[in-house]
Formats: sequence, structure tokens, C-alpha cells
Amino acid sequence: MVQRKGSTRVSEDAEELVRVPLQAILLADSFAQKFRPITLERPKVLLPLVNVPMIDYTLAWLESAGIEEVFVFCCAHSKQVINYLENSHWVSLPHFEVTTIESHNSVSAGDALRLIYERHVIHGDFVLITGDTVSNMSLTQALQEHKDRRKKDNNAVMTMVIKRSKPSPITHQSRLGTDELFMAIDPHTKQLLYYEDKADHLKGTLSLEKMLLADNPSISLHNDKQDCYIDICSPEVLSIFTDNFDYQHLRRHFIKGLLVDDIMGYKIFTHEIHSNYAARIDNFRSYDTISKDIIQRWTYPLVPDVQFLGNCAAKLERQGMYRALDIGQSRSAQIGPFSIIGNGTNIGDNTKISNSVIGERCTIGSNVSIEGSYIWDNVTIEDGCVLKHAIVCNDVIMKSGAVLEPGVILSFKVVIGQEFVVPAYSKVSLLQQPTKQDSDEELEYADHNSGVEEIPSITSTVDKLNGVLTCKLPETEAWSTSEVGSGGVGYIWSICEGGHEEEWRHSVAPTPADKLTEVMQATDDDLELTTQGSNVLLPSGELVPDSNSNISEDDDNEDSRDDSVYFEKEVEATFLRAVHENVKEDHVILEVNSLRLSYNMTSADCAGALFYSVMKLALETPCNSNSELLKNVASVITRWQKLIKSYLQSMDEEIEVILKFEEMCLESAKEFSALFAQILHILYEKDILQEDAILKWASEKEGAEESDRVFVKQSEKFIQWLNEASEEED
Amino acid sequence: MMMDFQVVVLAGGTSKKLVPLVSKEVPKALLPVANRPVLSYVLELLEHSNLKDLIVVVEGQDAALRVGGWISGAYVDRLHVEVAAVPEDVGTAGALRAIAHHLTANDILVVSGDLVCDVSPGAVAAAHRRHGAAVTAMLCSVPVSGPLESGSSSGKDKTKKPGCCNIIGLDPTKQFLLYIATGPEIERDIRVQKSILRAVGQMEIRADLMDAHLYAFKRAVLQEVLDQKDAFQSLQQDVLPYLVRSQLRSELSLNGAPHTEENGHDKVVPGINQVMLSQLLAKTSTPSFHELYAMGPNGSAPVRRTHKCCVYIASQDKYCARLNSIQAFSDINRDVIGEASHLSGYSFSAQNNIIHPSAELGSKTTVGQNCMLGEGSQLGDKCSVKRSVIGRHCRIGSNVKVVNSVVMNHVTISDGCSIQGSVICSNAQLQERVVLKDCQVGAGFVVTSGSEYKGEFLAKKER
Repeated sequence: MVQRKGSTRVSEDAEELVRVPLQAILLADSFAQKFRPITLERPKVLLPLVNVPMIDYTLAWLESAGIEEVFVFCCAHSKQVINYLENSHWVSLPHFEVTTIESHNSVSAGDALRLIYERHVIHGDFVLITGDTVSNMSLTQALQEHKDRRKKDNNAVMTMVIKRSKPSPITHQSRLGTDELFMAIDPHTKQLLYYEDKADHLKGTLSLEKMLLADNPSISLHNDKQDCYIDICSPEVLSIFTDNFDYQHLRRHFIKGLLVDDIMGYKIFTHEIHSNYAARIDNFRSYDTISKDIIQRWTYPLVPDVQFLGNCAAKLERQGMYRALDIGQSRSAQIGPFSIIGNGTNIGDNTKISNSVIGERCTIGSNVSIEGSYIWDNVTIEDGCVLKHAIVCNDVIMKSGAVLEPGVILSFKVVIGQEFVVPAYSKVSLLQQPTKQDSDEELEYADHNSGVEEIPSITSTVDKLNGVLTCKLPETEAWSTSEVGSGGVGYIWSICEGGHEEEWRHSVAPTPADKLTEVMQATDDDLELTTQGSNVLLPSGELVPDSNSNISEDDDNEDSRDDSVYFEKEVEATFLRAVHENVKEDHVILEVNSLRLSYNMTSADCAGALFYSVMKLALETPCNSNSELLKNVASVITRWQKLIKSYLQSMDEEIEVILKFEEMCLESAKEFSALFAQILHILYEKDILQEDAILKWASEKEGAEESDRVFVKQSEKFIQWLNEASEEED
Repeated sequence: MMMDFQVVVLAGGTSKKLVPLVSKEVPKALLPVANRPVLSYVLELLEHSNLKDLIVVVEGQDAALRVGGWISGAYVDRLHVEVAAVPEDVGTAGALRAIAHHLTANDILVVSGDLVCDVSPGAVAAAHRRHGAAVTAMLCSVPVSGPLESGSSSGKDKTKKPGCCNIIGLDPTKQFLLYIATGPEIERDIRVQKSILRAVGQMEIRADLMDAHLYAFKRAVLQEVLDQKDAFQSLQQDVLPYLVRSQLRSELSLNGAPHTEENGHDKVVPGINQVMLSQLLAKTSTPSFHELYAMGPNGSAPVRRTHKCCVYIASQDKYCARLNSIQAFSDINRDVIGEASHLSGYSFSAQNNIIHPSAELGSKTTVGQNCMLGEGSQLGDKCSVKRSVIGRHCRIGSNVKVVNSVVMNHVTISDGCSIQGSVICSNAQLQERVVLKDCQVGAGFVVTSGSEYKGEFLAKKER
């Protein structure tokens, strides 16, 4: 990173004179699909966490932390979020203004921030947070640190909040079920120097640029910190997103982009919290963990018995048991520790509940066993059901004797048939699984797209389904009884390919012991493999520090070879589009330039690839004889002369073109081989190639093998002529 | 407690890096630092820690004879020293391999003979014992090259020489060595093993520490590594990095049990043996991340084999340097009569210098502070000596300036010479009006009158 101390501006004093209200951007969309199938019907931020929608925790924290203005960015199910907020008490609080920003075409946090930038609503430092964050930290100190750094260094654009949390040594996951995170932080300035969250498990080493040490006498490497996804940003962050229109993900693109980029010199700093709580619900595992933390009061004052928002106060009893005021509980029912029972819920005889959250207005029969599960509102659980580590959404009906094995998710209004056993890690929904299974990298969009066979109106369908159930209309057959038992309603989503293995990682259910042993065994094997594979130490124990990097270089080479093939194909496609759709040359240049950047190619590569495409076009124009072909070549080159020319800045690029041409004549387009000299001449006349380049090429080939000099020989006369001409000039 | 430590001093031979200062007559160990051999600093340091049973390993038979002769003269009734000769260029690991049969104690302290420091080896040994470590390395702050010398181009190159500087990874308690890059490795990107980082959680990477080449080894570990990794040449660049890298998947049979492997099966059998052994229990002592890592999934008995690599970090105010380059030679000589004068063992005069009573100074000749003038040396009139060491029986004419230089014994410097930042070896002769800046003059070399040199080696052609 380029150190740019002293680039201080004095203008922030003026900023302080005009006091800017403390602002926050709350992204009410996680742009992920980890909570599917639930999020197909309801946005993640409105899902209840210990009987309160997640977004309420976030807003309550923002309000208590002194934020005065919150912009809630809604995308997926935006109407639901907006409706909820409009009817909540958040809009009526004094000194706390909640504004919603709606978008229908944002696919990432990057898009969201670009949109907000265009609105010009952010005027100063702001807090960037997602609507699924639970925290009770005080912002004062972090904000002050951020502001102080900004005064000294205008490039300190962001402060991210981190907290200590050591990932499991076996699964390499944090307790929130997120992947392990590797960070390098300057221990004195707290500047973030390295960030790796999607760790490549196969790579046994972490590679830090040695330049880092040149600037900092010592670096702390961390594997024991957790990213809280609470960022204090300067307004520049929004413009950085706008400038880099390809930044999508806050961490993977933005943070890494800034860390890699040493031209602008932007810096990111960290603020570690110790006794406060901050965590983000990223997946079902974190939902489970954070729920337990709330029940165990780590998040105080955001706990069930404190009325921090419109929630019904529950009474805290012994052993972390919370009960709402109005519940019907049989005398023989046992409610174990760390559980919460919502208002209006009835519990039958001999039912046992432990470590679970039960929502409002649920009906739970007799002899039911519920352990470590999350039951939302209006759920009916008939007699003799067994639930272990499951999430059960609103209006689900479990018929008597049904069993949920660990890790099951029942989405809204699912009905589980009598005595049916839902296998572990199943996800059941009324909606069919989207036909094309997107990876969780992508967005959570039920509104628009992603192959969900959406039924026109969910509510009406479900109403109909309820009708179906009661009236036993012939349509019942539509629900195959095999899927969720007789009388059951819902589809069991198949786990996408290869996902099954990993399902336990993000599940509400704790990791089974046999998995742990298995994983540990696997890592040991891996270790042995990497020891041998990476050749850090040869079996003989010989030290071969080089071979490691050699291997990776080989890989790189292969990669780049692949890359160049793809690159050429893309350039060709771009070019053909230009030909057929009459695209302007300037636009083609723009497109090729962006390809060049994304494939990390040189302008010589562009020239070669473009030339290749042009010649191929000439070849594909029908012709009968060599002379006609020559004519075609001449006309095509004349037509696209300007385009090719724009990539021929120096001799190197021109030579690359000649080499490319040679390669074509030898391999893909032998038709040209007879015409090599003539075409070379055309290229010369059309000013595509300068004589220096041709002469240099010829002289470079001087010492080459005979087979490699075929074309030099062929063009001997032409070269000779060029030589003479240049001598005359001299 | 010290009884169980055996000490090996690796005194080197005639290091090529130090040509022309070293020669057949003067091996590296006998190079003068403030007019006494550099090896004496280590020997006295060890004596101070009550480590008196030493093996001094010297490369080359001749050099061994010379070193042995000097030691028996100087320390006859103070130390019990055994001098062992090993072939030249075997490397530090090779040297240890050659004398391995002499090693019997449980722990071995290996010290480089060119170390000039005031850190107690006893403290390193104690840290080693406390952790039951496989190896404990002493780290010290990177010595600062003097402001005067650093300006010269030759000096700059040397301070950047590999081995002068390390990249070191430590755990938060600064007791364990998690990563070390030495030699050419420090020029590359830093590659940290994730498995170690995972086990520790946090690692501090430092570039301001130097491996002082003072190690405590478990004898069994040292011998096993030397036996099995026969390609290892250097302790610093091969053995120590290997032990650090493999600390969480140890290939060592650490139980301290004597080796029962026959020599006949050299490659295959030990390999299988290790795999089997690695399934067995590893030895545990005090809880550390090593033990936690070794444990099974439920905190059960250890399932992985680990060993510990520890460090002892010398505090900032201690002096620690290695005489392994010409630059270091000048630096150390300057420091020992300057800021680290307590190491010299001499008592300084009120003018903060040491002038031997038998030395003779001409009129108007000044010897500044932080200078040393050896026995029987003579200076003519109007000379000026600043921050320099002048050895025994030198004859120095009039109007001579000596600044920031080391002049060894029996050197003749004629009138009007000016010497700055240079080293003049024994028996050299400087004729009139010679001007030297940042030069090294080899033993017995004659610099003709009036010549001026800057940044050059001046020595007789080798044979």
C-alpha cells in the first residue's frame, strides 16, 4: 500500500460546523439464498428471531447507537418489507427517521450502494449494515476512531468491526457456521492488510506479499476473528462502488479490491469489540447460535423480557426460561431450560420442550418432544410428534406422530402427514424447487426470476390448498403422498449436487460426532497429501522451497493458457457481433478493452485476437479461388483497419499480429498459407504493419529452424524490397 | 541444571565472506574484536553461565590446530574444551553430524563462534527446558549498522545479505516459533501454513528480529533429523525451518527412547514406522496450542504428533551481533569499544578510550573517545585517531588520520596516510600519503605510496 500520510485536508472542520445527522444504510436483502426455501415467500429480514423479526433487532440497535437517519434498502420482497416498516412503530419515533429505498433490479450489495449514491442522500460518515445483524455494541468509540483517522488520512475510508471468535479446529468454521476467515492486521494502526474469507481449503499456505513487511515492521495474522459485517464508511465508499461498477460483494470485491489496489491508496481499518455482542445471521447455523445467544442474554438489552420494540414482553423464569403471560400449559408438560413460549400458545400433556423457541398462537399436542427447535407462529403440532433441531415456519401442521430429524426446515404452511419421518437436513416447501439451482452466491429473488415456478398469488394458492385438504378434492393427488406422508402438503427439495456433504455445516442441527471424526480424518489425510503434494518437504526431508512456487506457476501457466483461449473466443464473438449488428468501432474497442481487463491480457493479445477474428471473417466469406480470397481479405481489412490499428500502439503488437498470422496459416486457416506474402503486403499497404515490425520479425526468425522459417522465405522478396527501401531512405 | 546441557561452539573455518580479513593464519574464530579473538566472547559468555564443558568445532585441520592452540593457551585452567576438526564446507548441520557421536547429554546448546552478545545462554537453556521444546532459538533485534558506514555502497549490500535478517512468526505469547524465513526465502512472498495459524489463532509476523544462531536442541531430535535428512546442510536454513514447519505433524519419535532402528533399513522402514507411530499417542507436557491441536475431537487422548519450537527473545537493551561479514566486523569492533563497551572486558579511561600503557604517542597526537590502542604501538606526531581500534606493535608515522577503522597487529603506516572506514590486517604496510576509504587491506599487503583507494579489497593474490 502506498503510504499517503500528510494528504490531510482541513475542510472537515467545515463539515463539523454543518452538523450532519448520523446516517446508516441498512440492506434489507442479503443477496444470498441461504435461507431458501423460506425466503421464497418472505424476506429474510422479516423472519422471526426469538419471536421478533430480525430487522427489528437491527433497527433497535441503530436507534440505541445514536443513528438518526436510516435508509432501508429493499429489494427482494420489497413490498413486504415496506409494508412492515410502515406499520411498525419505527416510523413514528422522534429523532429516528426510517426511509425506504426500493429497487427491483439490484442483484448485489454493490448495486444497492450504487443506487444509493445516485440518490445523493448520504452526506457524511455512515454505518453500513445488513438487516440481519444483532448487536449491542456502542458505536461511539469506533466512530471516533474512524473520524480521527480520517482527519489524519483522507484515504481511511472504512472501519470494519471485528470480534474474537476462534473457528472450530476441526470443521474450520466459526460457531456462526461461516467459513474461517484469515486476516492480516497491522497491530499498531489496526489497518487491515489482508482478508481471505472464501478460503481455499486445498491451499495449505497463506501467501502474503513481502511488500507488506517493508511498510510495517510487524503484522498480526488472525484466524481467530469474526467479521461482524458492521462497517463505518466514509461517503467515498459509495463513489468507489460507482467507480468500480464490477464490485458486487462487499467483502469479496470491495475489500479485496481496495487491498489489492495500491494506486488509490484507500485504507481499511478494523475495530475490535470485546465485551459487546455483534453477529450476523448468515445461515441456519448462525440463526441457531444467535437465537441461543439472545436467550442466554448475551445481547442484552435486546432480550425477550425487555420491551425494546413492539414485542410482547415475556417473563424470565429460572434457567433461562421465558414464558409469555398468556399461555395454556398442561400441568404435566415439561418446559426445559433456555426456552421461550410465545403468547397464546397451548401445550398438551406430557409434552417436553427444551432449548427451543415457540412462537405465538401455536397448538402443541400431548406427548410431543421438541428439542433445540424453532417453531414460529400458528403452528399446529399434533400428539406424539418428535422434533429435533428443526425450523418450523408459520402455519405448519404436523400430523400426529410425525417426526422431524435434525436439520429439517419446514417452510410456510407445509403439512406433514401422519407418522411421517422427514429425513435429516430436508427442506420442505409448498413451492417447488427452482428448476435451475443457483449457487448461494447469487441473489435471493423471488419477485422476479430464478426459475421459481411461482404460483400467481401464494396466499390464494395456499388458501386453495387448505381448502383442498379439508374438502378432499380430487386435486389432493397433486401432492404425491410419498413426499411428505399421507395427507401431507409440500415438496421436499432435493439437495443440490454435492451439497449434501456440506449440508450439515450450515444446518440448525449441531454437527454430529461421526462427521467430526470423519472431517478430522479427512484433514489429516489432506495434511499428508499437501505435505507430499506441495513438496514443502520431500519425503526425503529435503528442503525444496522452490518447487512449491514452481507448481503454482505451472498452474498459473495452464490457467493463462485457458484464459487466452477463452479470451480469443470472447473477442471473436464481440467482433462478429460488431459485424452483424453494425456496432460502432468505438464500442467494440470499449468491449474488447473490458475483456482485456477481465482476462488480464496485454494489448498485444488484443491485437492478435482481433486480427485473428478479422482474418477468420475473411476466410468465411465464400470464395472460389485464391485471388478471390485475397480480395476478401483486402476488403475486410480495409473495413476494419481502424479497429485493428487502435491496438497496434507499438512494434511489439505488430509483431504479435504477424506471429498470430503465421500460427493461423499453420493451424486453423491453412488456406492463407499460400497467400502469406501477398497478405503481408496488403497489411503493409493498409498501414496495419510498419516496415520496422516486418523487418524485426524477419530478423528474429533468422536463427530459427527451417520449418519455422517457411513464411519468411515465402516473403523473402517483399522483405528484401523493404530492406532496400529503408536503406534508400537512410 | 546446567549439567545436562552439552555445548557445541561452531567456530567455522576460513569463511569466504570474510576474505581478505581471514587467512590460513587467521581463521574466522581468531579475528580480533577489540584486540582479542572473536571466539573469546562466546567462550567467556558460556563460562559466565557456568557452561564449561565445550566442544569447539572448527572447519579445516590447520584452522583447528590454530584455534586449539590459542584456546589451550588462554583458557587452560578455566574451561574444559575439546576442539574437533571437520572438513571444510560441510555446513553447520554437517559439522554437527560429524561430531554427533560425541553428544550424550539430553539437550545440546549450539552456539555460533562468531556471536558477540551479552544475552545469557542459561536463559535460553531454561526456556528450552521449561517448554520441553524440540528446539529453542534465540532471537535478537536486528543490529543497526553504524550511520557512518551505512552511507557506503559496499556496506549497504552487506547489511542486506541473506542470513542477516529473518522473517519470523510468533504466537501471541511470544514463546513459540511458528514461521521462519531465512536466506533467499526472505526475498519471496511470505507463505504461512494455514494449519499452524488455525491451531494458534493469531500469529505475529516480524521483520525486526534476527536468529542469533544460538539454539538449544533436544539431542534425540537433533540426531534424528541429522540422520534422516542427510541433505540438510545448514542448521539455520534447513534444520530449524524444517522443525518449525513440521511442528504440528511431527515426524520425530519424541519419546526420548533410544533409537532401535537398524542402519541397514535406511529409507523405507523409518517411513512406515513414522506413519504407525503418528497414530500412536504423542507425549504431552504443559498445555499449549500444540497439545490442543494434538487432541482428538472430544478432547480425548492425543491423536496427532507435535513438537514445540520455542524462542527466547533477547530484550532490546541487550547487545547481540554476529561477525559474519566485513561490515559486521567493522560494526562489532566499533560497538565493542563504543556503545557495548561492557563486552570488551577492559576498563576505559576517563577519556572513554583504552590506551595500553606501553603505547607511545607523539606530540600533538590525539586519540579520541571510543578508541583502543594496543600494546607496544607507536604513533608519531600530529596524528588523529577516532572511533578506531589499533592493534599491538603497530608503527604509525606522523600526520596520520585513522577514523572508523580497525588496524590489526604489526601494521606499519607511514606519514601522511589517511584511513577511513577501513580494515588493515596484520603485517600490512601503508607507504606514505596513502588514502584509503572503505577498503580492506589483506595481511602482509603493501600499499604503495601516494595511492588512493575507495571501497576496494587490497590483498595478495592467493598463491
